Amino acid sequence: MATIAHGTPETVATEVNYLNVEHGWKSWLFTTDHKRIAVLYIISITLMFFVGGAMAVGFRVNLLEPQGIFSAETYNRLFSMHGIIMVFFFLVPSIPATLANFLIPIMIGAKDLAFPRVNLLSWYLYVAGAVLTMYAVFRGGVDTGWTFYVPYSSTYSNSYVLAAAFGVFTAGFSSILTGLNFIVTVHKMRAPGMTWSRLPLFVWSNYATGLIQVLGTPVLAITLLLLAFERIAHVGIFDPAIGGDPILFQHLFWFYSHPAVYIMILPGMGVISEIVSCFSHKRIFGYNFVAFSSMAIAVLSFVVWGHHLFITGQSVYTALAFSILSFLVAVPSAIKVFNWTATMHKGSVSFDTPMLYALGFIGLFTIGGLTGLYLATLAVDVATHGTYFVVAHFHYVMVGGMVMAYMGGLHYWWPKITGRMYSEAWSKFAALIIFVGFNLTFFPQFILGYMGMPRRYHAYPPEFQMLNVLSTAGASILGVGYIIPFVYMLWSLKYGPKAGKNPWGASGLEWKIPSPPTTYNFDDTPIITEEAYNYGPVEEVIG
Amino acid sequence: MAETIVPVSHEPPAEATHLRHHFATEEQQMDASTLGMWTFLITEVLFFGGMFAGYAVYRNLYPAAFASSSQYMNVVLGGTNTAVLICSSLTMALAVRAAQLSKQRDLILFLILTMIFGTIFLVIKGFEYHDKWVEGLVPGLHWGSYPEAPQFAHNAQILFFLYFCMTGMHALHMIIGLGLLSFLLIQAYRRVFHANYFAPVEMIGLYWHFVDIVWIFLFPLLYLIGHRR
Repeated sequence: MATIAHGTPETVATEVNYLNVEHGWKSWLFTTDHKRIAVLYIISITLMFFVGGAMAVGFRVNLLEPQGIFSAETYNRLFSMHGIIMVFFFLVPSIPATLANFLIPIMIGAKDLAFPRVNLLSWYLYVAGAVLTMYAVFRGGVDTGWTFYVPYSSTYSNSYVLAAAFGVFTAGFSSILTGLNFIVTVHKMRAPGMTWSRLPLFVWSNYATGLIQVLGTPVLAITLLLLAFERIAHVGIFDPAIGGDPILFQHLFWFYSHPAVYIMILPGMGVISEIVSCFSHKRIFGYNFVAFSSMAIAVLSFVVWGHHLFITGQSVYTALAFSILSFLVAVPSAIKVFNWTATMHKGSVSFDTPMLYALGFIGLFTIGGLTGLYLATLAVDVATHGTYFVVAHFHYVMVGGMVMAYMGGLHYWWPKITGRMYSEAWSKFAALIIFVGFNLTFFPQFILGYMGMPRRYHAYPPEFQMLNVLSTAGASILGVGYIIPFVYMLWSLKYGPKAGKNPWGASGLEWKIPSPPTTYNFDDTPIITEEAYNYGPVEEVIG
Repeated sequence: MAETIVPVSHEPPAEATHLRHHFATEEQQMDASTLGMWTFLITEVLFFGGMFAGYAVYRNLYPAAFASSSQYMNVVLGGTNTAVLICSSLTMALAVRAAQLSKQRDLILFLILTMIFGTIFLVIKGFEYHDKWVEGLVPGLHWGSYPEAPQFAHNAQILFFLYFCMTGMHALHMIIGLGLLSFLLIQAYRRVFHANYFAPVEMIGLYWHFVDIVWIFLFPLLYLIGHRR
């Protein structure tokens, strides 16, 4: 760390890199450079993150009072739009479209993704989807929950379901194209010597994510389309009036949306593998197991969707099968957690900001994962499925897991992306604030759920007020925690000290090229002779 | 950005002009395109798969109502369309072959034939849709009394809803395919394709075959279910 400010002996102040090679808005909006597209994505998902966050502020304020502050309708729309925006416009693209977009070609020694123009198209689709969804927000939003369940979204809908559904539909194609691009890139664009067993684990996890995106998202697309047709024709296959089955919608929806949960966590696991190895200055423990556990999670993700329907009407035997299969997901997830822990064991661990986020991830993801086992248990799920227990579980995995990983990854690769360092003190402070705020927000919700407070209601019995106030207090701390990085990272763009090639002393291909990289990443195609985690004996590394 | 696509030259295209900057070899570029296209087709399978899943569920629930719909389906028109599409697949395959052999005239001829077959299909489909509308077989928008089997007037709407979704989505894919073929045709007139560069013809050909195969499944499932004797 100490070497970064002075570590670059270059005399020429303005080296040509991907950021300054061209100027003007056209050079950004028509770029096909995967790194510039990643930056476009970072800007767009940050915007959507703060919009979705504002919704959360709204309904957390509402829950300060047992009888609610807003009307039930307003509350329903706030939490629905929060879910839709956060899931489809932040979590799904969060790491794949930004960090992975930036890093996968570099990590495998390629000049770009296999289809650069398709990559740009996927960003435009994302923006189009976001615009449609924001249109729905400004017209008053959607009150169906993020799941668009029929008949809330069809027969009994009284909100802007069509606009929001088309927004999600469009963003879905953006996600499909990103996944397709990654799959082809990893298969066909690897530099000589970059064998599958030398691939960084971040690439493995995004490859697995790509498979889910490609196989799952089209099913969501057709489901939303059938829903849209049903809204237009006022009759359809989910309509009980003609013998249709609303539960079929739930099956089709979750066939995508459960795998989508792993779209939202697998890339995070990849980031953690990189960070833990780097800041333990040690080879990742059990490389093959970590790599294949990503693939195992991708495969299992497609056979567990029924656990969302335990209380919706599903045969007991189907539910039993889905319950057992859901338990199986714990195996590859646990393998990862054990291997990260084992990597740190006897490593030379340094607590830079990315590592703080990684440690937060490991703890919070473990809590989120273990409570997932409660929910996979049939009897327990019947009691807790409709309560805040599910909300807390989901947010421990998604916010405690994925957002932590995203923040960790952003801090880890920020010097590579921008060429600048951010303030170390502020970033550590913010990481701490986020950790505290997060737990204060969501841990009370476990207790609320256990006590039986149902989710998705704008009002609640007075005895739950204490815990709800705690949760809202935590949310405001969390909000501050997210604004601080926003500020110091923007600040660093202009005033941050220059980062050298490799501020963290990491091994791995992306740290062997300049920060920020040049447009084609490598002057000559590199020839790979070693794996990404070649850290050597611990003693030789100077922190 | 520095895209290295070379503008179309007046001379017969030289070697390697279509190699894009981020690929090392033509072979790598072709491999990537092929894998990309197949992956895309897998997403298409899953896209249609959602509707086929719905079809499977409801046909299982209401077999008699589904079978009753066959009295309204025009098997002659549907069968003709099946034949037309199979022919279009043949001409598409021949077009790919022509591109691989640098036979410019054949390529143009077969592309035009494929487009003609595609258009015939859509015109016939249009007549069928028109008939369905007249007969009051459009659920939600124009649903009549279903006189041939009034006891199924209720559940048969599900089949017709699926019929319009599935054939409509298929027709949309045909229209997109025709757009892509027009693009190929313009390129072919400019003599862009030759033995060393025919990837777009082959990729769009794959897409076209996929759309045909979807119809091969749609035809029996939607037209022939009540015709078991």
